[in-house]
Amino acid sequence: MALKLKNVFKSQNKVLFLKVIIHLIAILPLVNLYIAAFSDQLGADPVEAVIHFTGIGALNLLLVTLAVSPIAKQFKWGFLQQTRRLLGLYAFTYALFHLGNFLVFEVQFDMKLFFSEIFERPYITVGLAAFLLLIALAVTSINNIKRKMGKRWQKLHNFNYLIVLLVTTHFYWSVKSDVFEPLIYWLITLFLLGFRFNKFKMWSGYLKNKKFTKKVPQQDHYK
Amino acid sequence: MLIQSPKSYQLKENAVTEENTYNSRRILLKQMGFLGAGALLGSTFSNQAQAGFFDSEPETFKTSILKYSPDTHNQRLIKTPEKKVISHNNFYEFGTNKTDPQEKAQQFNVNPWQLTVSGECDNPFTLDYDDLTKSFPLEERIYRMRCVEAWSMVIPWIGFSLANLIKKAAPNSKAKYIAFETLYDPKQMPGQASRRIGGGVKYPYVEGLRMDEAMNPLTLMSVGLYGKTLPAQNGAPIRLVVPWKYGFKSIKSIVGIKFVSHQPPTTWNILAPREYGFYANVNPDVAHPRWSQASERRITTGGLFARNRIETLAYNGYGEEVASLYKNMNLRKNF
Repeated sequence: MALKLKNVFKSQNKVLFLKVIIHLIAILPLVNLYIAAFSDQLGADPVEAVIHFTGIGALNLLLVTLAVSPIAKQFKWGFLQQTRRLLGLYAFTYALFHLGNFLVFEVQFDMKLFFSEIFERPYITVGLAAFLLLIALAVTSINNIKRKMGKRWQKLHNFNYLIVLLVTTHFYWSVKSDVFEPLIYWLITLFLLGFRFNKFKMWSGYLKNKKFTKKVPQQDHYK
Repeated sequence: MLIQSPKSYQLKENAVTEENTYNSRRILLKQMGFLGAGALLGSTFSNQAQAGFFDSEPETFKTSILKYSPDTHNQRLIKTPEKKVISHNNFYEFGTNKTDPQEKAQQFNVNPWQLTVSGECDNPFTLDYDDLTKSFPLEERIYRMRCVEAWSMVIPWIGFSLANLIKKAAPNSKAKYIAFETLYDPKQMPGQASRRIGGGVKYPYVEGLRMDEAMNPLTLMSVGLYGKTLPAQNGAPIRLVVPWKYGFKSIKSIVGIKFVSHQPPTTWNILAPREYGFYANVNPDVAHPRWSQASERRITTGGLFARNRIETLAYNGYGEEVASLYKNMNLRKNF
């Protein structure tokens, strides 16, 4: 038994195994959530509960996605990088459910209210901006499109950093006064973005001095 | 002849411990049994921990049946189920999540209690725990409760008109406003002990009304709901209910009522003056800076698919009774 297990982990099945785990961790809570919510077993206000759960879930998954590269680099676990797309797609899925909950269960298809809330409430506008960017990243994660985009693909997917900043802002702005949890999320976000410090420094140099535009090497992306 | 043989699960009359006796047994156990253990464990060992040591059943907040005259006018309103009324609460003294108060307030001790009525009045007085339910005739009032967060409930409160209490205190001519204060007891209220748990609110929680608002017959001092004394999480043992204002005006667990000559400070207004005004009348035309107040979700039953979004009414539908209080006021400015 132990030997078998060892073989499993030795082979390329590592990635497959991780992916199965990610699928389970992402899907099961969602299924559980909606079963409870539909049967009115999710507290007094299931609408608020599903909105919060999917929102926090999306943010958590975004942060996990951001944590993959630094961990892979640190421990020399290159195979981890192959889970980033799946994690990103689940972050998108949770965000989709989050927005869907707002439209279907919170404003209940009152489209006038839906659009006025989106455009008049800055924290919702910020959240929607993050979601639109996430759509772009999700669509371009299809292999064929990725290949066709060439170097532009990486440029587009660097927007992930902006997305996570928008989402943490959206969260901070949405609470009434209990800012402790949003502030913790800010700290984690800044910590994870800190690993990209060199990248950001390079971009700022790039912006400052366009003469060197062509000499700036493509960002060294850890494989 | 009907012969009843008692089933094995049926308790005989003499086997039922009266609640008072039962509770005093606990106190007795704590007092004697733990003289020894307490000395060993040191004085930091709390009373609650000691009680938990002996009792396998979780300690829950006790409520008791109240006598009151029923509300005959509003029985057709669809009430929010009791289970939801007592599990979905904004009571930051016990935490900022809606379920925190129910989870963390079970040990809340409301007896003894003292509610002090003072300030600009001829007859200041204090109500003890028993006085709260015995000084004024109790009546049921089935009111809509509209939270500033755009959800609402329908709750059968039990209580008495604040006006009755005010008349007893006989306020003088300087009394223009009335100020309320919640208990300040960080040992019992974790939100007051920790800024993190309490959502950064400055405690004690304070609220206020203009004198004519306080005298309005709708304004209720509530001591119960659904036929029983208030659960801790709903503001035991006594709270304010002002049904035409957003819920945060209806201050909980009150220890102080004071007649004052100037508009008193109010907790949410101090915290975010741009978002929460002194008046806080329910008004579908004046949006909260971060969300619309034009409609609300009425919490009843039905889970996620309950189509519960309804139009919000001016003064929460109580305009006939209260609109005249604000006749010449700019409601956009005085939100």
